[in-house]
This record gives sequence, C-alpha cells and structure tokens, in this order.
Amino acid sequence: MGLGVEIRHRLAKRAAEEIKSGMVVNLGIGIPSLVPNHLPKDIKVMFHAENGIVGMGPSPKNGEEDENLCNAGGFPVTLNIGGSYFDSSLAFGIIRSGRIDLTILGSLQVSQTGDLANWIVPGKKVPGMGGAMELAQKAKKVIVLMNHCDKHGKPKIVRKCTLPLTSSESVNLIVTELAVFHVTNSGLVLTEIFEPFDIDTVKSKTAADFCVSEDLRKISY
Amino acid sequence: MDNQFNKITTLNQVLHLFHDGMTLMFGGFGGVGSPPGLISGILDKGVKHLTLIGNDTGFPDIGIGKLVSNGSADKVIASHIGSNPIAGRLMHEGKLEVEFSPQGILAERIRAGGVGLPGVLSDIGTDNEIVSKNKPMVDINGKKYLIETALTAQVSIIYAKKADEYGNLIYDKSARNTNPLVAMAGQITIAEAEEIVRLGELNPEEIITPGVFVDYIIPSKGVNWKWAWE
Repeated sequence: MGLGVEIRHRLAKRAAEEIKSGMVVNLGIGIPSLVPNHLPKDIKVMFHAENGIVGMGPSPKNGEEDENLCNAGGFPVTLNIGGSYFDSSLAFGIIRSGRIDLTILGSLQVSQTGDLANWIVPGKKVPGMGGAMELAQKAKKVIVLMNHCDKHGKPKIVRKCTLPLTSSESVNLIVTELAVFHVTNSGLVLTEIFEPFDIDTVKSKTAADFCVSEDLRKISY
Repeated sequence: MDNQFNKITTLNQVLHLFHDGMTLMFGGFGGVGSPPGLISGILDKGVKHLTLIGNDTGFPDIGIGKLVSNGSADKVIASHIGSNPIAGRLMHEGKLEVEFSPQGILAERIRAGGVGLPGVLSDIGTDNEIVSKNKPMVDINGKKYLIETALTAQVSIIYAKKADEYGNLIYDKSARNTNPLVAMAGQITIAEAEEIVRLGELNPEEIITPGVFVDYIIPSKGVNWKWAWE
C-alpha cells in the first residue's frame, strides 16, 4: 500500500534534515529518491549510486534524458560538476570501505535493535538483495523511510523481524508517516511525532518496546 | 579500416560461439550497458539451457531480460531479479534456478575470475543464512569471513562506447557498470561497440579495458528496446 504524495514528501523532508554538507550519500529507490528535493541550496553533498556514479544530479528535463546516464533504479539522472563514473567493483569498494556517510532505504520490517529486513518475503516476493546488504552493513549511518504499518495494518517496527534479515543491528533512524525513532544501545527512542498523531496512536501501531524522549518534538510540515 | 588483429567481425560471424548449455556472462545494470545486438542474435539463434551471470535480469523486454523471459536460461547468478517479474515467476515455477549474490560481492567474484584469483574473502552476510549457505569460512585476526568463489564464463558479452582495432575500450557514463569486470572473466569476450576507431585514436590514459581482454569486436546498431522511463 503506497503512501500519498504529500506524506511521501513529509518523510523525505524529515530525512533530508539528516544530510550535512560534505557527506557522501546513497539513496534507495522509492521515497528515498525524493530526498534531494528537500535539501537546502547551500548544502554540498555527493550522491553515490551503486551502478557507478558519485556526484549524481537531479532528473533531466523531459526530452533531455540520456539512456546511458541512469540511477540504480534505471531512471535517467544527470551528473553534477565534479562527478565521476566508475565500474561496479569500485562502486561497492566505496561502500564496503566505509566511504558512504549516510544511506536512506525503504524496508519491510525493522526490529527494535535495528535489524533490517527489506529483501525477501518467502514464497511471495524474492527480488534479490541487490546492494542493500552492503549498504546497510557498511554505511556509517542508515535511515529507514517506510510506512508505519504494512498493507494489512500490521506493524513494521517489531521486537524481532519475522522476515529474513538484510543485515543485523544496522539501522540508526526510522522515519514513518507517524513518527521518528532513534535506535540506541539501550533500545528504541521515540523522538518525534508528526502532527496530528499522539503517543497512544504510535504505541498502538508499533509492535516493539520503545521509550519516549524527554524532548519529544511535534513536527508539523 | 585495417583489421590487423582480426578482432573486428560481425554478429553473424560470432553466433557459432553460442550454444545450448553454455555459461554466458553479460555486462549491464538494469539493461543499461547490455549489448543489444548480441542479445538479439542469441535470442534469434534459439540458444537454450543457458547459465547467465550478471548483475540482474533486466526488465522483461530490456537487456538480458529478453533471454530470461524467453525461457532461454536454466540458471541465473545475479544480485537482483525484481525488475523482471517473469524471472520471479519462472523461479517460483521451478523453471529457473537463481543464485543470489550481494551486488558488490558478485562484482568482486566476477573480477576475481577475470584477474586470476580463485575467490575473495567477504564479511557481507556472514550471519545471513541465505548468503552464507554452503560457503566455507575463514578466521582472520579473530573475524570471520566467507569464501566467495570466483566466477568465469565460456563467453562474456559486453557493450562499449568505443573500441579500437585491438579491442581497447571506453564506455559511456553509467553504462560502464559491470562491463569492465565481465570483459575480463570470459574465456572468450565479445565487445559490441557503438563506434569502432583506428589504433591510436583512443587516448591510452583513458582506456578502461585494455584490448588484451577482448577477442572479438562487433559494430552495434544501438539499443533495440524501449526503456521503462520512455
């Protein structure tokens, strides 16, 4: 079940706050790809793509697409000044050696210890892990943007993932249409709630233990 | 043009290299950088029971996806099949065996095969039962690593922007992706090139794949599919 356009942009806008000047950032497909639209103009960030780009720019205008310049999802992009192209070995060398400061991904489930399950639904959907395992395991910071519940209304933030893991204890921040959680060594901390929701609503839709930050922030975009 | 290394040829002249049951490695990422003429040639020849090795299975009518959708493959070694629903259906029906490898590890396995190494050591997915299944582990300084074996193929097919007479290659933007790795891992490597130029026309400092890895060069007519974004 997809989220409405406005809500998708709300998640993207919140995630964009995590991007600081000088970072190398990898964005997953779907909602994460909306994040650059919400970056302040003065932020200098290098976007990395698994298919061999650092310095990826925005989508080209209609009619100006180059079939040989696409992001990892296969859609046309551009290259910013200072950008470069390289092969897949190098693209993942950058990831594995810890040069990605931040990756923003979608997910099917996240556990309260930061386990990520986003690549397989046994017997139903087996798309393959692509580059998600390397990104989740090796990026310095991992942010998950996702619906709070699945299409059957079941919570996606859980005590322990029931789906096969992409990587364990790797997620740092979870952003949903309801709330923002930090994954800390002492467990999940609810730090922000989107207006007009309240803590009880978040509790009723979350199947994990969490504590509420003393500085709980109400976000109204 | 001269052809002093006898590498420049035509699609028809290389078709005999493709046969049932062979292992075929292909360059490309979501179809970008996959050789359209060679894929059509293999499809038209009706080659069956292929083992395909490459990043992903493209889209149903794009890139290597055409061969997968046609049922030409028995097995695929890839990191992702999600953009080609036919691949997923064939897998669930038991008609297509799929071996998944994390994307960058797949690239390294191909690279290893191409540079004469038996494999690589990896800490990606060591605690993941699907990734680590049946793979030996080694201990280095107290950390566990999986042995990821090298991949090679009987024939590698790649797509380049320019090739010179010797098969020195340059690629185009993000269409480079797995091509330089796949180029090295074939017992025979065939490069389909958008442009074929005389020796000396490529700047030696800018050549990405040295011609020593390339056995045949065929001219390309360009992409013969419609992209998902079109």
